[in-house]
Amino acid sequence: MADTVGGSEITVAKAPKFRQTRKGQVRKHIINVKVRNEIGVLARIATLIAGKGYNIESLSVGETHEPGISRMTIEVIGDDIVIDQVVKQLRKLIDTLKVKDITDVPHVERELLLVKVHTPTARARDEVLRIVEIFRGKIVDVSPETYTIEVTGDEDKIDAILQLLKPFGIKEMARTGKVAMRRELFNEENNLD
Amino acid sequence: MSRKGADIVIEALKEENVEVIFGLPGGAIMEVYDALYRDGTIKHILARHEQGAGHMAEGYAKATGKVGVAMTTSGPGATNIVTPIADAYMDSVPIVVITGQVPTHMIGNDAFQEVDIVGITRPITKHNFLVRDIEELPLIIREAFYIARTGRPGPVLVDIPKDITQQFSDVSIPGMEEVKKALPGYKPHIEGNMQQIKKAVKLIMEAKRPVLYVGGGAVSSEAQEELVELAELMKIPVTTTTQGKGAFPENHPLSLRMLGMHGTYYANMAVYNSDLLIAVGARFDDRVTGKIDEFAPDAKIIHIDIDPASISKNIIVDVPIVGDVKIVLRKLINELKRKGAKVMYPEEREKWLEQIEKWKKLHPLTYRNSKKVIKPQYVIEQIYEVTKGDAIIVPGVGQHQMWAAMFYKFSYPRQFLNSGGLGTMGFGLPAGIGAKVGRPEKEVFVIDGDGSFVMTMQEIITAVQYRIPVKVAIINNAYLGMVRQWQELFYDKRYSEVDLSVQPDFVKLAEAMGAVGFRAEKPKEVREVLEEAMKIEDRPVILDFVVDKEENVLPMVPPGKSYRDMILEDGKGTEAETMYLVG
Repeated sequence: MADTVGGSEITVAKAPKFRQTRKGQVRKHIINVKVRNEIGVLARIATLIAGKGYNIESLSVGETHEPGISRMTIEVIGDDIVIDQVVKQLRKLIDTLKVKDITDVPHVERELLLVKVHTPTARARDEVLRIVEIFRGKIVDVSPETYTIEVTGDEDKIDAILQLLKPFGIKEMARTGKVAMRRELFNEENNLD
Repeated sequence: MSRKGADIVIEALKEENVEVIFGLPGGAIMEVYDALYRDGTIKHILARHEQGAGHMAEGYAKATGKVGVAMTTSGPGATNIVTPIADAYMDSVPIVVITGQVPTHMIGNDAFQEVDIVGITRPITKHNFLVRDIEELPLIIREAFYIARTGRPGPVLVDIPKDITQQFSDVSIPGMEEVKKALPGYKPHIEGNMQQIKKAVKLIMEAKRPVLYVGGGAVSSEAQEELVELAELMKIPVTTTTQGKGAFPENHPLSLRMLGMHGTYYANMAVYNSDLLIAVGARFDDRVTGKIDEFAPDAKIIHIDIDPASISKNIIVDVPIVGDVKIVLRKLINELKRKGAKVMYPEEREKWLEQIEKWKKLHPLTYRNSKKVIKPQYVIEQIYEVTKGDAIIVPGVGQHQMWAAMFYKFSYPRQFLNSGGLGTMGFGLPAGIGAKVGRPEKEVFVIDGDGSFVMTMQEIITAVQYRIPVKVAIINNAYLGMVRQWQELFYDKRYSEVDLSVQPDFVKLAEAMGAVGFRAEKPKEVREVLEEAMKIEDRPVILDFVVDKEENVLPMVPPGKSYRDMILEDGKGTEAETMYLVG
C-alpha cells in the first residue's frame, strides 16, 4: 500500500515491529571471579552488584594459592542479557583479573552447611544420625537436646538433607554459599577456556 | 632524594604534564598546596566552590582531550565535588580528582572533616584509591592518570591522608611500564576483532538504508576524519548524539544532526526506518532510543565501542566490535576498500538518500520568530552568526541546552561541551571557564538557563580573578523551563514549583562580581548586545536575554515513547508520516 508524505511515495508499514529485548531463560548462574586482594575489593564488587540491581543468591570469597589473589564464587539469577552484563561489569573493575560464567561448562560445586537440630529424644537422635550417615555428614557438636551437623555437597544435596531434618526442628543454620571450579577434561578439544 | 609526600604529588603531576589544577584548599590538603606554592610551575585556578572546580576540570578535559585535574580538601570539599565526578563518569570525561583526607590514624574515627570519599565515589568513578603508604603514592598518581585517559575515559579519585603528605620518602616516580605492570586486571581492548570487522563490512555493503549513529566515543578517540571518509565512501547519512556533536560536521550534506528526544525529525525518521544502524562510540541512552523495543525496529545493528559493557546493555546488537573507534573505523574503511567498497543496492540507496532529503525539507529545524518578544532560538542563531560558527559552546542543562544543540551548527569535535548523561544543571559556567583555560584561542560561549546559571554563578568571580573572558548568555525565561514544558505537555499545565520570576538583576550581578553585564529585552537588541560583548576580551561577560517565557523545545519524543509518537515543531503529532518505509 502506498501513501504520500511530503510529496514522496513511501510504503506504509504493515504492523509495528519490535526489537528483541530479552534472551534466554531466567536461571541461576555461577560466576567465578579472580580478584586482586586489595583493600575494598569486596566492597567494590558488592557496590557494583547492589547498584546495578542484580539479583544475587550467594557470594563466597577466599584466598587462593597465589599470593595476593582471592577467588569469589557468585551466584546470580538472570537471563542471558543480564548475566552477560554482570560478567562484563565485573570485568570492567580494575581489580578483577578473570571473570568466568561456568554455569554451562562441566564443573564441581560444593557448599558447606552447619545445622543445629532439635533432638530431645533417643528416637530423634537415632533418626537424625541415620540421615546424617546417608548424606555422609558429620555430627560436630552434641548437647542433651541438639545435634550440630556438618554436611558438604551441591545445592540439591544440601536442600534434600535440610528437608529431611526440618520436621525435627531446626534451631539454627548457616550455609557458606557455593564454591565452584571447572572440571579438568581429559579430552583437550572440549576443554573450553 | 628524600622529600615530602606533598612534593611527590607535585612531582608526579609534573611527570603527567599537568599544566593547570582547578581546586580549593583546606586543612587536609594544605601540605600539597604548600608544595604547589613552593614549586611554582603548575598553574592553579581557585574556584569558589569545589563543584565549580570539578566542572572546570571537566570542561578543560572535554575541550582539550587532556586529563583535567581538580583538587579539594577532605570532608565537605570532597563531597562538593561528587556531582562533577558523577557527571564525568556518565560522559566518560578523563579527570583526576585529588582529595585530602584526615591522617591515617584518625580514619574511621569521625574526625573533623572526615568522610569516606572513596566509599562514596566507588560507583561513580572508573577507579579510586586511598593512599595508605607513601611508597605507593607516586605509583598511584600515575595509575590514576593512566586509568583516566585510556580505554573508555573516566574520572579517577585519589584520596591522600594528611600524614602521607607530611612524611618523607625517596621513592622514585615510576615509569609507564611499571604502571602497567601494577594493573594486571586492566587491559583496554583497542584493536577490534578482524572477523567482526569483516562481518560489518558485509552488512554495510549489503545495506539498503544505513545510518551512522555517532556518540562521544568518536570525539574522545578523535575519529572525525575516519567518520567523514566512511560516510562519503559508502554514502551513509550520519546522526550524532549531544556528546558526538562535531565528530561529523553538521553542515555536511550527509549530516542528519542530532537524534533522540529532541533530535531532528529527519534524523529520527532515518534511524527509525533504517535497515542498518552503525553505532559508533554511542551507548543507546534512553534519551536517544525512546521506547527501546521500538527503536530502529527494522535495523541490524553494528556497535563499535571501546567498552565491552556498553555492548548489548540496552539493546541487543548483531555485530559488536570492541575497540578504539578511530582504529576500528580505519580498519573497517581499509577492509571496505579491499572489497571494492561496493554499494550492493545502489538504486535503493539512492532512493534512501532522496527520502532523507524529503524529510529534511518536510520538517527542518524551525521556529516561529517574533518581532515583539525574543525567541530563545533566535538568540542561539545570532550567537552562531557573531561567532561565525566557530565558538566552543558550553550549555547548562535544560531547554537552552537543547536549543543550543539544535540552532548552533557544529563543525569540529570538542565544540559542544555539555552534560549529557547526568544532566547537571550548573555545569555550563564552570565547564566553560575550564574550556577557555584549555583553549584560550577559541571564543567560549556559555549558553545557560536562568535556573542553571544560578546554581554555580559564583564562578563568575573566578573568571574575573583570572581574567578568563568567557561569554555567558542567559536564556532567561523566568522558569525552570524544561520542567515547565513537561508540566505543560504531560501534567495538564500544573506548574508545580517552576516559577523563577524572582531572580537577581543579572546585569547588576555581573557588575557586582567585576564582570560586564548586558540585557536584551527586544529582538532587535539581541544582535547589538552580542556585538558589544564580542569586544570585551579581558573579563567575563554576562548577557541576560529576556525571552519568551513559554516557548517549548520541539520536536520532542515524549519520554518512554517511540519515535512514531514524536511531537513536531507545530506541536502536532507525526501520525502516518512516521510509518516506516518497508515492512
